[in-house]
Amino acid sequence: MGSPDTNIDFAAMPNAEGHFGPYGGIFVAETLMEPLDELREAYERFKSDPDFQAEFDRDLAHYVGRPSPLYHAERWSRELGGAQIYLKREDLNHTGAHKINNTIGQALLAKRMGKTRIIAETGAGQHGVASATVAARLGLECVVYMGAVDVERQKLNVFRMNLLGAKVVPVHSGSKTLKDALNEAMRDWVTNVDDTFYIIGTVAGPHPYPAMVRDFQAVIGREARAQCLQQTGRLPDALVACVGGGSNAIGLFHPFLADRDVAIYGVEAAGDGLDTGRHAAPLCAGKPGVLHGNRTYLMESPDGQIIETHSISAGLDYPGVGPEHAWLKDVGRANYVAVTDKEAMAAFHSITRTEGILPALESSHALAYAMKLAPTMSKDKILVVNLSGRGDKDIHTVATLEGIEI
Amino acid sequence: MSRIAARFAELRAAGRKALIPYVTAGDPNPEVTVPLMHALVDAGADIIELGVPFSDPMADGTVIQQAHERALVHNVSLRDVLGMVREFRQTNVSTPVVLMGYLNPVEIMGYTEFAKAAQAAGVDGALTVDMPPEESHDFLVALREYGIDPIFLLAPTSHQARIRKITGAASGFVYYVSLKGVTGAATLDVSAVAAKLDEIRAETDIPIGVGFGISDAASAAAVARIADAVVVGSALVRRIGENAGTPEKIPATLGSVLNEMRQAMDAG
Repeated sequence: MGSPDTNIDFAAMPNAEGHFGPYGGIFVAETLMEPLDELREAYERFKSDPDFQAEFDRDLAHYVGRPSPLYHAERWSRELGGAQIYLKREDLNHTGAHKINNTIGQALLAKRMGKTRIIAETGAGQHGVASATVAARLGLECVVYMGAVDVERQKLNVFRMNLLGAKVVPVHSGSKTLKDALNEAMRDWVTNVDDTFYIIGTVAGPHPYPAMVRDFQAVIGREARAQCLQQTGRLPDALVACVGGGSNAIGLFHPFLADRDVAIYGVEAAGDGLDTGRHAAPLCAGKPGVLHGNRTYLMESPDGQIIETHSISAGLDYPGVGPEHAWLKDVGRANYVAVTDKEAMAAFHSITRTEGILPALESSHALAYAMKLAPTMSKDKILVVNLSGRGDKDIHTVATLEGIEI
Repeated sequence: MSRIAARFAELRAAGRKALIPYVTAGDPNPEVTVPLMHALVDAGADIIELGVPFSDPMADGTVIQQAHERALVHNVSLRDVLGMVREFRQTNVSTPVVLMGYLNPVEIMGYTEFAKAAQAAGVDGALTVDMPPEESHDFLVALREYGIDPIFLLAPTSHQARIRKITGAASGFVYYVSLKGVTGAATLDVSAVAAKLDEIRAETDIPIGVGFGISDAASAAAVARIADAVVVGSALVRRIGENAGTPEKIPATLGSVLNEMRQAMDAG
């Protein structure tokens, strides 16, 4: 970790061109340049519009169920024998994960921009479900692109999306996973750009998406900050969140960036182990490049081809990462680490048995790192972990791993 | 004068329009590409657009995505593609070659190293689909230093200010994407394209190529009446896919498809 530059104004990022230092930007084909400009203008306008904000806040309160609790996991903390662990319970949101915060915001924007059709990409299906949910509520047509491999391993979420009235399109190109779903959604958008709004599910993609999705997700960190002050009288010593594209992590981290004493840990998926090459940890083991509209750390071959990733968790199985994380890594404000499939599974079981909370496999990566970090801290320290989603969707994966047929 | 500018000047003097075929390098295998390039020249190609395979061709439709996948089975890299151009140049020094692809392979090689290697191989232009002029400053400096023309896209959604910005950064020619969509998509609306070309010509004298949606001799001829160059991709690449099992037939098959377009264009 480099030593953080104390002069950085984190709130001022990205710059007008969407750059976080050398990362981010707008790398798309010409047809999308004007639509992105239109989106940026609309977002800038509504961001400071009290009516828009009031509607967003109202939906978060009464439809999503916010604020989500900040829960002191006393028994788990005692068992680990170190820092006091507080869980930010995004798993208790409507639809079961943090994804809904963003889809509510983008769908409200789509409606105000007069768009009648929503498209989205999804990996594990959580963002697809969250998009289908808001589309159903607002009466918008919804098409969700999903890699054919993911359609097969996340059947339950495919069915949920169908029940919500969305059309799920399996993508058969490339590695047939999340990155290919994103490619296909981009192709749809470029073709139907007049009436279609593309709801990107993470803090990646061309400007303004990384900033916009961050702003919609920052409610997580704002609440956690206030809740921690209220419950403990002080700020936490460290934050931990899992990082695939990085939306739940940036949502938690962003409101704390200026609090220099709060240590920040983003946890990537080490899959079978960083040294095996079978992982999804671009920040820990990749290098910078350009994909999906932005410059960021990527999993790529020496020729610049994007390589296939592996993680037990479909939501972390992505070769890129949001550009703001790339920048926070380089400037040293956040630390990025990785935990393996096995460590995530161990954390999944540990918290389920100790606290009666069944976490998503994505969130289990954050919990696994917390299990390593907490014992190195004294009992008066406070660790906030983002429990970004619930694990019901992963029951089949877990059962299969244990050789159990449901 | 660059090889591309010289070619457009010759064509203009002869009252002809440029025919620009696109094929993906290494599709369906690396041995086919150089003979295929020569066959395309023999069939009437004025400039060749050579696709650099990429794992995530976001702006391409199914036909060209599959071409990239076929090439990547052989791990065809940007350096391999430059090798193919070098081999092509051993017997052809007059036909301009434009590399078309996505930014990341170039980014990984480094802009200056790419421009230098491209010049040494005999490349004349570079079109990186996902790099708009806003992000291109350093890349343009490198390309200009080594005499490579930066080719940019213009789209139906490009308004006047963007047309001005893009034509200001481009040299060689600009590539007008005739429809909102990906390569190999629906057929094009010639009168809508003609209206947009008028808008572009109001801003620049640079030659304008039109591509996306040109599927046969009739549409090639129709576009040749209004544009300076006709770019044909998916219509050719589809035949490569159909003949992937018999690659020796590919140069002749594509040559005859392209030659029909050439004749229709020259007949006016």
